[in-house]
Amino acid sequence: MRTHTKKTAFDYIIIVILLAVCFACIYPMWYIGVNSFAAPEVANRGASAWWPSALSLDAYKVVFENEYILSGFKITILRTVVATITHVLFTSMVAYAMSRPGLIGKKVYMKIAMITMFFNGGLIPNFILMIKLGLYDSFWVYILPGMFTFYNMVIFMSFFRTIPESLIESARLDGASEFRIYWSIVLPNSRPVIATIGLFTAVYHWNDYYQGIVYVRDKALEPLQTILYKLLAETSMTSAQQQAMLALGGETTSATVKFAAMVVGSLPIICLYPFIQKHLVKGVMLGAIKG
Amino acid sequence: MRTQEARIKPRLSERLSRTGKEFWKQRQLQAMVWPGIIWMAVFSYIPLVFLYIAFTDYRISVPLFENDFVGLKHFIAFLTDDRFWRAVYNTLGLSLLRITIGFCIPIILALLLNELRCERFKKIVQTVSYLPHFISWAIFGGILLSWMSESGIFNQLAISLGLQDKAILYNGDPDNFWMIAFLSDTLKEMGWNAIIYLAAITSIDPELYEAAELDGAGRFQRMWHITIQCIRPTIALLFILAVSGCLSSNFDQVFFLSNSANMSRSETLDLYIYNMGIVSGRFSFSTAVLFFRSIISYALLRLCNFTSVKLTGESII
Repeated sequence: MRTHTKKTAFDYIIIVILLAVCFACIYPMWYIGVNSFAAPEVANRGASAWWPSALSLDAYKVVFENEYILSGFKITILRTVVATITHVLFTSMVAYAMSRPGLIGKKVYMKIAMITMFFNGGLIPNFILMIKLGLYDSFWVYILPGMFTFYNMVIFMSFFRTIPESLIESARLDGASEFRIYWSIVLPNSRPVIATIGLFTAVYHWNDYYQGIVYVRDKALEPLQTILYKLLAETSMTSAQQQAMLALGGETTSATVKFAAMVVGSLPIICLYPFIQKHLVKGVMLGAIKG
Repeated sequence: MRTQEARIKPRLSERLSRTGKEFWKQRQLQAMVWPGIIWMAVFSYIPLVFLYIAFTDYRISVPLFENDFVGLKHFIAFLTDDRFWRAVYNTLGLSLLRITIGFCIPIILALLLNELRCERFKKIVQTVSYLPHFISWAIFGGILLSWMSESGIFNQLAISLGLQDKAILYNGDPDNFWMIAFLSDTLKEMGWNAIIYLAAITSIDPELYEAAELDGAGRFQRMWHITIQCIRPTIALLFILAVSGCLSSNFDQVFFLSNSANMSRSETLDLYIYNMGIVSGRFSFSTAVLFFRSIISYALLRLCNFTSVKLTGESII
């Protein structure tokens, strides 16, 4: 610890700068939060910077009665849960086998896996693959391509090496199969790394809108973030463009409804935030030490 | 010599049969690895085979190798396309902002956080600064678009301060785009990017600071001569990584903030590849651009790694 001296002007400057940083990071959330509660007549005059002069819950009623948004919400939850579980189980299973000493072909397997980190087909080759595999316009396009990553496998492997060998050996003497050892010894002893990787994966899937745009045409399969993207892209139109669209009989979504949908889309992240940030910061350190 | 070697080394067939037996013994383990290998073959290696379409006039209804081979036709086509060079210019411009000013901001943030004496306040600032990182671009982009719209807070603020007399569509002006992209990226990622520097700073031996203080070093001197010097390897590493990624842009960001009005400054290589491939359906052309970029990027990564090994003795890959 450094010795305590009197606060100088420099200290105050730092505090002011950091408070400004905090403000800038929180304000976007505040902004969508308060505007989602704005009464329609206030919202029509433009978004409020601090506090709308009249409040209402109308926007949330619209959001929760809108079948498109609700279906997106359902798809997002379903895909996040399924993708996280399959990713963690599949990647950790491969990692366990790869971390065993004396695995024949380990060096070759490792090379094969490492190459996947540096070279990938990219946009169109992947797109063609999804079509050829029949994953285009299917729910599984959210799950299967994301089941494995080399990076997470390496993190799992380095954690599995810290599990005492005696634990695994004694299970083997009891006649447990390798899968049994993985399932009832290794996994229960790896809770911290499972939590970290699971959360990273879950946050990714919750926030992903891209796959829903590129690989999915069926509206019933679009996740919430893709729907949000489509709603919000309207915002960038000029008012003249919007009027032209209205004149053509198109519908533009009212601003408060968009804000309410944004709140719904970010709420789980905000609610779980203290938990998420604790684990994910740990995850970054893990990666930093490895890399 | 020869006979001796033959005696020590068992014959190939024997060795194979022994490996085979070993392999059979660990069949359960192998059965756990192979699903992973198969996954990689399907989702990582088959797309590499599909890169071949860059050299053909690919139609999705025709099997891959039955498409007409056209050689470098698509490569020549994009290399003579002004829009491609515009995309290169935009990508490099945004990268330059990112790896110069953008690169320093997280370091400064980490340094400032390190100067705080109140641990609790430090923790709060850190926690709050990660928040935007976890908000999806769909939502963050929506907020930005709302701020920049004609009735948005930027216009409200500028008009009330008398800086402009009527509303402007900030996002419609190509000249603003780089600044918008840079500022939004900074806001979203600065806290998150500072983590790694903070981690490096916490591992500095506190005695160094005490010794420097006894020698009469002021605060800035300590910051410069101790903190910065101690985290220099981290800085170098991240800088080299940032340089090697200079042909990529933040796709989410350009995807969200670009529109037909600012396209001349917002279309980066990533967006160009997307627009040509998915929007216009020119599969072979788009893949040719992507293939070309991948090769240059890989060469760049190798070059940066070489520089890193020479300068710091550490390999980044």
